[in-house]
Amino acid sequence: MARNKEKLVLLLDVGPSMHGVLSEVEKLCSMLVEKKLIFSKYDELGVVVFGTEESNNDLTTEVGGYQNITVLQDIKVVDGDLVDTLQKLPRGTVDGDFLDAIVVGMDMLIKKYKDLHKGKKRLCLITNAIHPIKDPFEGSKEDQVMTIAEQMAAQGMKIESIVVRGRFSRDANKGVMDENDHLLSIFSKKTHTRTVYVDTPTSLLGALKTRRVTPVTVFRGHLELSPQMKIKVWVYKKTQEEKFPTLKKYSEKAPASNKLATHQVKVSYEYKSVDGSSNSVIPPEQRIKGYRYGPQVVPISTAEWDAVKFKPEKGIKVLGFTDASKIKRHCYMKDVYLFIAEPGNTRATLAVSAIARAMKEMNAVAILRCVWRQGQQNIVVGVLTPNISQNDKIPDSFYFNVLPFAEDVREYQFPSFNSFPASWQPNDQQQKAADELVQMLDLAPSGKEALLPEFTPNPVLERFYRHLELKAKQPDAAVPPLDETLKKIIEPDPELVAENKSVFDALHRHFELKQNPKLKKSSRQWYQEKQSGSNAHVSGGQAVNSIENQPPVKIEKIGDLTPVQDFEAMMSQRDNPEWVEKAIKELREKILALLIHPDGEDKYQKAVECVAALRKGCIIEQEPGPYNDLMHRIRQYCEEKGIKSLPQLLASRDLTLISKSEAEDSNVTAEEARSFFVKMEPKPDV
Amino acid sequence: MDLDPEDVFKDEEDDPDNEFFQQSESSKEYVVYLVDASRKMFSTTCPGNDQKDETHFHTAVSCIAGSLKTQIISRSYDEVAICFFNTREKKNLQDLNGVFVFNVAEREHLDRPTARLIKEFDCIEESFMREIGSQYGIVPGSRENSLYNALWVAQALLRKGSIKTADKRILLFTNEDDPFGSLQDAAKKDMTRTTLQRAKDAQDLGISIELLPLSRPDSEFNVSTFYADLIGLDGEDLAQFMPSASQKLEDMKDQLRKRMFTKRVVRRIGFHIANGLSIELNTYALIRPTVPGAITWLDSVTNHPLKTERSLICEDTGALIQEPPKLFQPYRNENVKFLPEEIAEIKRISPGKLRLLGFKPLSCLKDYYNLRPSTFVYASDQEVVGSTCIFIALHRSMLKHNRFAVAYYGASNHPQLVALVAQDEITSAGAQMEPPGMHMIYLPYSDDIRDDEEIFPDTEEDAPRADEDQIQKAAALIKRIYVKDFSAFQFANPALQRHYAVLQALALAEDDIPETTDETAPDEEGLTRPAVVRAAEAFKHSVYGDSYDEESDMGKEKMSEASRKRKAIAENAAKDYDWGNLADKGSPTWNVFS
Repeated sequence: MARNKEKLVLLLDVGPSMHGVLSEVEKLCSMLVEKKLIFSKYDELGVVVFGTEESNNDLTTEVGGYQNITVLQDIKVVDGDLVDTLQKLPRGTVDGDFLDAIVVGMDMLIKKYKDLHKGKKRLCLITNAIHPIKDPFEGSKEDQVMTIAEQMAAQGMKIESIVVRGRFSRDANKGVMDENDHLLSIFSKKTHTRTVYVDTPTSLLGALKTRRVTPVTVFRGHLELSPQMKIKVWVYKKTQEEKFPTLKKYSEKAPASNKLATHQVKVSYEYKSVDGSSNSVIPPEQRIKGYRYGPQVVPISTAEWDAVKFKPEKGIKVLGFTDASKIKRHCYMKDVYLFIAEPGNTRATLAVSAIARAMKEMNAVAILRCVWRQGQQNIVVGVLTPNISQNDKIPDSFYFNVLPFAEDVREYQFPSFNSFPASWQPNDQQQKAADELVQMLDLAPSGKEALLPEFTPNPVLERFYRHLELKAKQPDAAVPPLDETLKKIIEPDPELVAENKSVFDALHRHFELKQNPKLKKSSRQWYQEKQSGSNAHVSGGQAVNSIENQPPVKIEKIGDLTPVQDFEAMMSQRDNPEWVEKAIKELREKILALLIHPDGEDKYQKAVECVAALRKGCIIEQEPGPYNDLMHRIRQYCEEKGIKSLPQLLASRDLTLISKSEAEDSNVTAEEARSFFVKMEPKPDV
Repeated sequence: MDLDPEDVFKDEEDDPDNEFFQQSESSKEYVVYLVDASRKMFSTTCPGNDQKDETHFHTAVSCIAGSLKTQIISRSYDEVAICFFNTREKKNLQDLNGVFVFNVAEREHLDRPTARLIKEFDCIEESFMREIGSQYGIVPGSRENSLYNALWVAQALLRKGSIKTADKRILLFTNEDDPFGSLQDAAKKDMTRTTLQRAKDAQDLGISIELLPLSRPDSEFNVSTFYADLIGLDGEDLAQFMPSASQKLEDMKDQLRKRMFTKRVVRRIGFHIANGLSIELNTYALIRPTVPGAITWLDSVTNHPLKTERSLICEDTGALIQEPPKLFQPYRNENVKFLPEEIAEIKRISPGKLRLLGFKPLSCLKDYYNLRPSTFVYASDQEVVGSTCIFIALHRSMLKHNRFAVAYYGASNHPQLVALVAQDEITSAGAQMEPPGMHMIYLPYSDDIRDDEEIFPDTEEDAPRADEDQIQKAAALIKRIYVKDFSAFQFANPALQRHYAVLQALALAEDDIPETTDETAPDEEGLTRPAVVRAAEAFKHSVYGDSYDEESDMGKEKMSEASRKRKAIAENAAKDYDWGNLADKGSPTWNVFS
């Protein structure tokens, strides 16, 4: 563990021209530390900001110069304070010199670690690099950078640069930017890293890998083209999803006085006979695995199974090459693998390069049969595609995608579009409107690709780690909504939409959508319609329209946090009619509980939202009874306690009794319903 | 229950998120295969594989056998019955003539497929003539109507269960397009009417009747003669029904196979294109890994299944925990606690909706932007009229301009950025090879992408690149092992085939496990053809020169790598960090200006 710990110095440009993105820089850097606190607690980190009014660093004291650079934090093992530091970066007042900052960062690493930990020492520079660095006393800037970069390489340090450009640097001097880009590229070359350019706050959040994953090979061995021709390759994962962290279960059973309580929960499994004749637990050695085959369950012991199971030999073999068009993109099954020639093996590298380039020229792909390791019990068939390197330093390689087997494909048939009636076929104007949209709502204009996966952060994980940090300080903090930067990932860019207003207008003019009038409005469809139809009305606060059609997570209980959503979700669960009854009953109880213990500032707001949802649901289910009964109880309760605000609130939203015109089973007339709260006779206040 | 520590097919990190292809009992299907067994089915042949002719009867039976084998693996809750008509013998509950319901021991007529059913049905053709026999049931002068009887029997078989919980279908295999052709006017009219009424009654009960016509190259099955009325086809549907008489048996089998599946909608979603413009889409899981069914633990003494009881125990007190517990994440030296609802709230982003963000050229969709199998989407006008029109227009534009859409899909358990790639319809010999629609491809985020190809170059030199000669030699080799007709999913999964062959043998208490072939094995023979060997040698020579000896090459590399490392460490140890040296070379000089 400790051997792998990374030593990182952040070099952050806080000069005036960076102020517009500093809040994203704060978020990015604190996320980096937040993840380190969980996944690599022993990493060490220092923070240098440049462009500050003051100067505070060793070099300025020792040798002079190096002004406007402040060491915010000396290198230390990551801790919570670092997050706090990074969340409130100072706003600088002068245009900083990134090269000075690099030297300060190098000096910190060198002083602390001497020449140990080669390859683990890293500098990360975030700047817009639009201001010129100072001219050297002698020699050119390039010579200087070369010298520093060589020193850096000799010390086993790497530097990663994130350059923020785009709309933040519109007025910048192109000559200066080009010069800086060139200088930074020298660092990338010498230390085998890269310089990343981002042009939106959103991509800035995705520009830095906030979690370091040690690369592990999936396979090392031969890529066999034919029995005579084999190439030594290593296989890595190219993509692998970073999952939502698995949280542990927390036990609250231990008394608060027990300071040593671990609060851990153990999950235990016991195997018992289904027929229930005896309640005894069957010991592990008496259990045998059964495999389903249709309605039968076939018992097979592990030893038997080992004797008969499929045991392919480890190895990767080319089954053949074929035209790239034969493999549809949507057939890719999994995350992606990377094949590289064995590192350091020049001839293997050449062979991979030759095959990859020939494939590229011929527009061919290879079909591979892979058994990654001995003992693997299945075979992977997939497609190898060439990855021609654009960087002189990096060898050519391949990507590999898993393809489906015959059993994995469901060959459903769908109607041809031209089999549809003429009214469903777009006419010329409609087609033109669609063409415009597809061309104009462009996310990749002239090489500036927005939402590039490489630079797009995962909004769910961002939200989780930010909330984690927040909750560490305020245990009862509510989940905050997504901020504007992350919204750019889930909603269309308002600027792009505004630029293309005429395109959208044309779309609205030429296409019309309406609810199917022939459809009987059964309750189930109502719920579906609600979410597939236009979402014109989003009510304030409680997002009534935000529920899912079929929640994959079954709602079995109406919770405290989102009772309305839970209720609607439960009402739409179709596998059992009892859900409706249960949902109504539970929401009623929730409402009564909310009356007695009003929640939060809005007092009855939540209760009223619940009443509204219950009323809607009861009308759809044509079950007026439980709702009307509840309303009588609420009125009685308010009368007894002299509560006026709640009945007023309910009346103002027309949340009165369900009348006969709304539900057949009701015995309340429309008139009675209307005057329900009016007739209330509040007892005089005591 | 993810209790299986040694799940046979688990790859390192198979996505457990496969709710949409695990069939639940609530969406099952009841199917009656109704197979015409008249003489004509045996006398009509089609050229099959190896130039051998196959009878239509054989074609129908082998399609059903194949379907049963797929079904027992992937949809084992579905129930089937197999029923022949125009038979000599009769066997059915109504005791109607000319109808024979095929079944095996320990099984109801309409029931889940079993190992025994599959095995005995596999050899039905051997015993068919002896035990069931073929006899055309509609002849002049007789009041018998075998087609009517067959529909009646099938409908009775499907009386089980409610149409709310199951799809009920009759799949009718026949090569007779004019079943009452031999009758005189009045009798023909009468029988036609009663048969159509019988079919309509069944349809009114929610049973769908699907026709799988078998036609010969020289005489096409004419649907409009009779069956169009029976299955309720008219106008354009009719024209669509038999796009072309299939020339090849394989194509016909393809068509039959495809028609035997019903589509299952995974979920219905709203596709939000612009404010106030949200169309209705259905999503379908066309490609999902098929995995062997879950393991059921048994008591080895009684072979009875065991139930698993999961309990949560507090480690501090040993008490049982009943309520769903809070969750926690250790962070900053404390445990930060979350309610389960809070976690759900964090994940809830734009729920249930697919939101259009914009379009990009297809070249932006890199080969490594993939995480999971794609999902197919197709528009529906069922609730929002006008959806299909917009969908078609966008589909055409995207194809025309070679662009894909980027959208955010707010699935509640796994919201994700997706690419929507338009797929044009591809048909071959009347069969749909690729349906028209869009494929939703799940895109990775920045933290999901690794850059391992960039970590190795530790040298100053540029990476070695193949020269033109080497590329040409590689191209020559590639041409030698080129496969023209490759289909992405032509191989059966050998591990799965083996798994079920073992189960089938054990289920039937057979001694021998049937051999399964591994279709993925490379063509060893083909690879030793002189032309391939020559091309391989030429390529090898161009890259490796005369001394192609890989093992020594590898040994050398290994050694040099290790020794280089040692050397480097020794060298660096000798060199002290020399700030003065750096100073001399210039670094501090620019302080003068600061």
